[in-house]
Amino acid sequence: MNILVCVSRVPDTAAKIKVSSDNKSLDTAGVKFILNPYDEYALEEAIQLKEKNGGELTVVTVADGSATDILRTALAMGADKAIHIKANQLEKDSYFVAKNISNVAKELNPDIIFLGKQSIDFDSFQMSSMLGGLLDLPSVDVVSQLEYSEGSIKGEKDIEGGKVSFESSLPAIVSVQKGIKDPRYPKLPQIMKAKKKPIEDRDAEETALRTELVEMAIPEKNRAGKILTDSEADINELVRLLHEEAKVI
Amino acid sequence: MKVLVFIEEQGGKLKRSSNEAITAANLLTSSDNITAIALNGDVNNLKTAGKYGAGNVVNLKNDSLKGEAPALAKSISDYAKSNSFDTVLFSADSIGKEVAPRVSVQLEAGYISDCTGIEANGDSITATKPVYAGKAQIKSKINTANKVLSLRPNVFTAKELNDSDAQVEEVSVDESANAVKYTNIAKNEGKLDVAEADIVVSGGRGLKEPENFNLVENLADALGGAVGASRAVVDAGWRPHSEQVGQTGKTVSPSLYVACAISGAVQHLAGMSSSKIIVAINKDSEAPIFKVTDYGIVGDVFEVLPKLTDKIKAHG
Ligand SMILES: Cc1cc2nc3c(=O)[nH]c(=O)nc-3n(C[C@H](O)[C@H](O)[C@H](O)COP(=O)(O)OP(=O)(O)OC[C@H]3O[C@@H](n4cnc5c(N)ncnc54)[C@H](O)[C@@H]3O)c2cc1C
Ligand SMILES: Nc1ncnc2c1ncn2[C@@H]1O[C@H](COP(=O)(O)O)[C@@H](O)[C@H]1O
Repeated sequence: MNILVCVSRVPDTAAKIKVSSDNKSLDTAGVKFILNPYDEYALEEAIQLKEKNGGELTVVTVADGSATDILRTALAMGADKAIHIKANQLEKDSYFVAKNISNVAKELNPDIIFLGKQSIDFDSFQMSSMLGGLLDLPSVDVVSQLEYSEGSIKGEKDIEGGKVSFESSLPAIVSVQKGIKDPRYPKLPQIMKAKKKPIEDRDAEETALRTELVEMAIPEKNRAGKILTDSEADINELVRLLHEEAKVI
Repeated sequence: MKVLVFIEEQGGKLKRSSNEAITAANLLTSSDNITAIALNGDVNNLKTAGKYGAGNVVNLKNDSLKGEAPALAKSISDYAKSNSFDTVLFSADSIGKEVAPRVSVQLEAGYISDCTGIEANGDSITATKPVYAGKAQIKSKINTANKVLSLRPNVFTAKELNDSDAQVEEVSVDESANAVKYTNIAKNEGKLDVAEADIVVSGGRGLKEPENFNLVENLADALGGAVGASRAVVDAGWRPHSEQVGQTGKTVSPSLYVACAISGAVQHLAGMSSSKIIVAINKDSEAPIFKVTDYGIVGDVFEVLPKLTDKIKAHG
């Protein structure tokens, strides 16, 4: 089978976030970037499918020309080849990313396209369904369990307070939930081997911006910050504050 | 501007986040330009959308559809196109987040997800949303003529703007869920989901044993809220992943969030920092959680939680 996994490069979850002087982008100085955690789950699911059923696994990313690090990680985990789409336009939106991935998908005709449910940078949560719309393919989000058989898949997806069982014909697009399978940590021999696997660079197709970022800011903290002790009187005071000041109970 | 708002039901009435989205649509235009749209709804519930500012309601009917995103998106887009709606609002819940991006492709619309603020300037819409786990926020403008937005639940207020019900019109759709089919929907109706609850009480590793979570459950019960958890206790298998709050769990913004024996790692803050009021109980006065709290109690959860629960009960 032929599998495509979409991966994005995001600031580490613990990164300190500062805004650039343009007031609309991240100041990347000193920020460590990682493979989006949800994409590790997507990759693991894809690798295990490939190990079982054979075929080829391609990873793709759309980035500002600096994503070889995460592509190497994906290759070390077990992907066969990588496509690195370089965005030359200064600003991009989700549609631009989806359009460029859809171009690759049209060329490779994968049986399944895997994604993470969201990228932890902007938490947009839209790539899978947008790709589904652009490619006119079925898509299922937040998948926590998946079974494959020739020509179709079935599994479970998470919803608020429950689960939905689904089936879908292939080709299909699947975005995964954390924990679907535990991602492997590549060991040195795999990391060495990955250095020889191909990464193909391409220029992105430019698209007109459908959404445009006009401002980025660090939100002001205006929390009361009252600290109380564990005395009877203070616990009573907390109940009073919640009732009278915060008016939440 | 003509606005379509996708609405859902829960527990025999409209979902609160749906009422929030309808009220929010009134920030963009007047109610005669606002239509609420549902799938296979109950007319008695749907008509109440009028109170929150929907001019009328459309009930898409098709017995074979159970909310499969591709078919639902197609039905909503077709309705929007043939009735010249230019803007479609969703709440950013599991259905909304899955359907909205497809609608945006079909309407060639710019889409902004999980908005915490929206504003119309003439024909354009600017939206605010948290990014980098709430460590920053962005304002984005939609450049296209058609626009799609999803709104973070619990952030916009649901307000009864008048007391008249809306007319509900049935529209049958012939879309079928042929590619993706939902074969079963298992919802624990009795239990509040953290992502939807108005009050959340979460527990962390400081509770020491899974059994001690009953202290958290008791406080949640007394407050009428849902139970949440830190990743440490989910990874330890004490609590299900569906309760995890944070960057790799759920994003919640209840009116009250109580963090019990949770240190307040950035990844946890990512999931709860937009809560209206945050309370923390932690024995370490230096715990990072106290940097984001409105009210903090420095103390032992084993002593404070039972007392607090009793006092809340007594308070009524
Ligand atoms: C990629 C990534 C994603 C992550 N995603 C998430 C996520 O989604 N959600 C999440 O929560 N975490 C997430 N984490 C993990 C996060 O970094 C922390 O490890 C985790 O939140 C810690 O959980 P905790 O606060 O329960 O435990 P700890 O950090 O161990 O804190 C326990 C706290 O309990 C207090 N305590 C102990 N005993 C008592 C007592 N008797 N009374 C009162 N207080 C007491 C201690 O002072 C301490 O502050 C993620 C990490 C990574 C790397
Ligand atoms: N720039 C990108 N390049 C490739 N894949 C991406 C990119 N951004 C997001 N994705 C994929 O889409 C998923 C959802 O991201 P998002 O919709 O941006 O939250 C991610 O988990 C990735 O699998």
